[in-house]
Amino acid sequence: MNARADILDRIRSALRDAPAVPEVPRDYRRSSGLGGEELIELLTDRLLDYKANVFIEEAAAVPQRLAALLEGTGRYAVPHGLAESLFAEADAHDGGSGRRVTDAPGQRLSVEELDGIDAVVTGSAVAVAETGTIILDAAPDQGRRVISLVPDRHICIVRAGEITAILPEALRRLDGTRPQTWISGPSATSDIELERVEGVHGPRTLDVVIVRG
Amino acid sequence: MSGTFLGMPSLPVFGIGNLHEHEPFPKAARRELGNPQLRANLGHATRTIRDKRLAVVSELPDWEELREAGRAIKESVMTRLPELLEEFEANFTARGGTIHWARDAGEANSIVAALIRDQGATEVVKVKSMATQEIGLNEYLEEQGIAAYETDLAELIVQLDHDKPSHILVPAIHKNRSQVRDIFLREMEGVDPELTNEPARLAAAARAHLRRKFLSAKVAVSGANFALADSGTLAVVESEGNGRMCLTLPETLITVMGVEKLLPGWEDLEVFMQLLPRSSTGERMNPYTSLWTGVTPDDGPQNVHLVLLDNGRSAALADEMGRSALHCIRCSACMNVCPVYERTGGHAYGSTYPGPIGAILSPLLTGITAEENNSLPYASSLCGACYDACPVKINIPDILVHLRGEDVDSKRGKNRRKRAMPSQMDVGMKAASWALSSGKNLGLVEKALPLGRLAAGPDRKITKLPGIAAGWTQSRDIPAPPGQSFRQWWNKEHRAARPDAAPAAGTDAAGTDAPGPGSAGTEENP
Amino acid sequence: MRIALFATCIVDAMYPATARATVSILERLGHEVIFPAGQACCGQMHVNSGYLKEALPVVANHVKAFEDDEYDVAVAPSGSCVASVKHQHLMVARRCGDAGLEARAAAVGAKTYELSQLLVDVLGVTDAAAQLGSYFPHRITYHPSCHGMRLLRLGDRQLDLLRSVGGIELAELPEADQCCGFGGTFSMKNADVSSAMLADKTANICGTGADLCAGGDASCLMHIGGGLSRQGTGVTTMHFAEILASTLENPAAVSGDVRLTTGRTAR
Repeated sequence: MNARADILDRIRSALRDAPAVPEVPRDYRRSSGLGGEELIELLTDRLLDYKANVFIEEAAAVPQRLAALLEGTGRYAVPHGLAESLFAEADAHDGGSGRRVTDAPGQRLSVEELDGIDAVVTGSAVAVAETGTIILDAAPDQGRRVISLVPDRHICIVRAGEITAILPEALRRLDGTRPQTWISGPSATSDIELERVEGVHGPRTLDVVIVRG
Repeated sequence: MSGTFLGMPSLPVFGIGNLHEHEPFPKAARRELGNPQLRANLGHATRTIRDKRLAVVSELPDWEELREAGRAIKESVMTRLPELLEEFEANFTARGGTIHWARDAGEANSIVAALIRDQGATEVVKVKSMATQEIGLNEYLEEQGIAAYETDLAELIVQLDHDKPSHILVPAIHKNRSQVRDIFLREMEGVDPELTNEPARLAAAARAHLRRKFLSAKVAVSGANFALADSGTLAVVESEGNGRMCLTLPETLITVMGVEKLLPGWEDLEVFMQLLPRSSTGERMNPYTSLWTGVTPDDGPQNVHLVLLDNGRSAALADEMGRSALHCIRCSACMNVCPVYERTGGHAYGSTYPGPIGAILSPLLTGITAEENNSLPYASSLCGACYDACPVKINIPDILVHLRGEDVDSKRGKNRRKRAMPSQMDVGMKAASWALSSGKNLGLVEKALPLGRLAAGPDRKITKLPGIAAGWTQSRDIPAPPGQSFRQWWNKEHRAARPDAAPAAGTDAAGTDAPGPGSAGTEENP
Repeated sequence: MRIALFATCIVDAMYPATARATVSILERLGHEVIFPAGQACCGQMHVNSGYLKEALPVVANHVKAFEDDEYDVAVAPSGSCVASVKHQHLMVARRCGDAGLEARAAAVGAKTYELSQLLVDVLGVTDAAAQLGSYFPHRITYHPSCHGMRLLRLGDRQLDLLRSVGGIELAELPEADQCCGFGGTFSMKNADVSSAMLADKTANICGTGADLCAGGDASCLMHIGGGLSRQGTGVTTMHFAEILASTLENPAAVSGDVRLTTGRTAR
């Protein structure tokens, strides 16, 4: 018998007492009454707790905020689906130096190239205020998983409409089969004396720009 | 394949690998207890994590409802395991992944080695994984000329120190920051000789050390925290980004996962991703979680494999009283609250799985008679802290007791076959069973109480006992017994004052020879 | 109310003062106490040591002893033994394939209470000084035993009763929720780990400056008291029932050694 058949047979044999399939009680919170500013406030509080940097902006002020955040940074990567207009201000500051590198289908940045890049700017799919979690699902404004991983600084744009209060609300908005990265603060470890230290292999700086409206 | 079992019941096939105690737990514990540095490190770390866990758990108004949902989902997975495995396989395969089935550790190791060789690779990067620890993958790969680099900080510390993990979440929990610095200075190539013991500096050193490995690795090996049957999705929960590196950069990804890790579907993830981070690192959410479903063109590894591992899990599942141990999501909350683990550390348990869950899971996977694993179910005072902390409500104390029963019963058979002498414990328990199975018998035994008083002597305490009871008197006295038992007092004094009351069994007092009205309370002399 | 006392084997044989105190408290409240004659032990030691076959006659005896008499509720001055009666007896019967015993054990378990449960939840005692005349002018600390805390969810019932005793001074025990290391035969089979746990418990107790450590389980108190005695601390242990039974007129005496019986300390 091959291993597959053997293992399935062993498992069926193990269950020969035919245990009843239990009902799954889902009495936990599946939705919350929170909305608007409350969500922004909660998400901000939780992100700051992880030592992320948080900037809350009106939509029109985002290009300016990005320009300020990218001031003094070398080259930075953006996924092809992020609106060009977001970088109008930063481009103007650059004077055409071409710091912005786009990762696009057919024009992929190699790992080596990404390793030489200082920062990445992406959008996000959905956020969970209660846990301070931002979820990326590789949509065109977020790009391939690798681009938000290798550069040492991640600037992440979260639109207010993406913010949910609790995890079940967030997951209902997602397609589980897309590659996902859930991000809760900069990379961290608790491996030495169980003390949390920010900054290991993933981006050591996480800047979150929350866009109102 | 049919959903119900119709064939001949097969005998359980147990697991092999790093699942054994090589010496009895009390002996190993004694050695570890003699290491004051270990005690201090563990005490500090477990206290820290206990407080953090309590804080984030008490924040959630629906923690108990989440636990109950988690328990029920896992139980439902176990009852439907064959069909869920087949469903998962179909979905994972449809999306470009390849599934391999491994009956045991040896089979899993050779599958992984062959896959690595297929890529012409001689080294791999690894994400912390309990399953690969269990099967001893690193050691096997080394024999095969393949270098496996652990990339989780704590695993790296343990690997550099040629040590063994002592905790499932924080394998280097037994090391303090200064010891970690010393290991890095001694073992890490090109490390800054001025390295201090600040955790942030140590983490930075690990980042620098592993960066090139990540960027150049062709093959990564990982475990998985969850697998969703209805989509074929796998999930890895981590903190440092080493997981993302391994799961995203190499062309080939090989995941090794126990068959029990399945969840029915997407909706279940919302339960476990609330339970796991808070129970394990005491955070509202871990820094990074990665989900992948087979192969995504143009994004991440394009050659994706999953090794589904039995290695004794089907045997554990066959134990009706013990099967819920397979619900474990490897959060480590039980070891962080365990007073035994806190004092002995993980090495005393021998197996990859230490602490309370290890004390049930290891013997369930290997069988209670394997090596010294029958000492593990006794490594608990049954205080119940583990059950309270378990996010999926595994009743660890009840399973410990069940496995003690299995151990005692397995020896009964052996004793008969080999005509071996019953142990002191066997004899004592048999005698106690007689004494304690009737009021009359107990009453008879109680007549000997004055003898104990005599043995206690003038200082009214017993300070040295022989045989197994010497364990007690190594650090505790036993009080001299009272002049009369409660039963004797009830009949002679109390009942005498209330002639309608019936005599207690085992006393010869008929009520007539009792002294005057004994007023209830604490003041009488015997 | 007619209340059946389950003394428990260890109290019956080693700490009769605890059972006598329990009788005293209940009678003071105007209830009738009976002592089912056939009782012996809950069987927990056998069960927890893996001797389930040997536990069966012990469990069967308890069930029989407590279904023969007529009474309203049964009570034991022990969280651990009550937890055994309520939970383990069913398991033992089930494992031994005795469905009849399982059902009978469930019936007995359903009307069995731990003493503080009975006092607080059923008999409405909230102020021991006022309702029982409890008076105990000592500085004490309190260890909540694991099984009462985690299997019966007693919460602060015992502690609240102690707080309401006249003249008492309660010192909070650091890391109170940590096991004392008793665990039945664990204390012998894993004597080193058990002793290490005990050492931390006794150090915490001595650190409070209390004269004695109160608790609700004679077995844990024997363990803690045995350690305190061996270390020559002069600190002792006492069951909370004896403290509740203590009055201005008939005070429970405190000895500076392992406390045995009221008889002994009265000498």
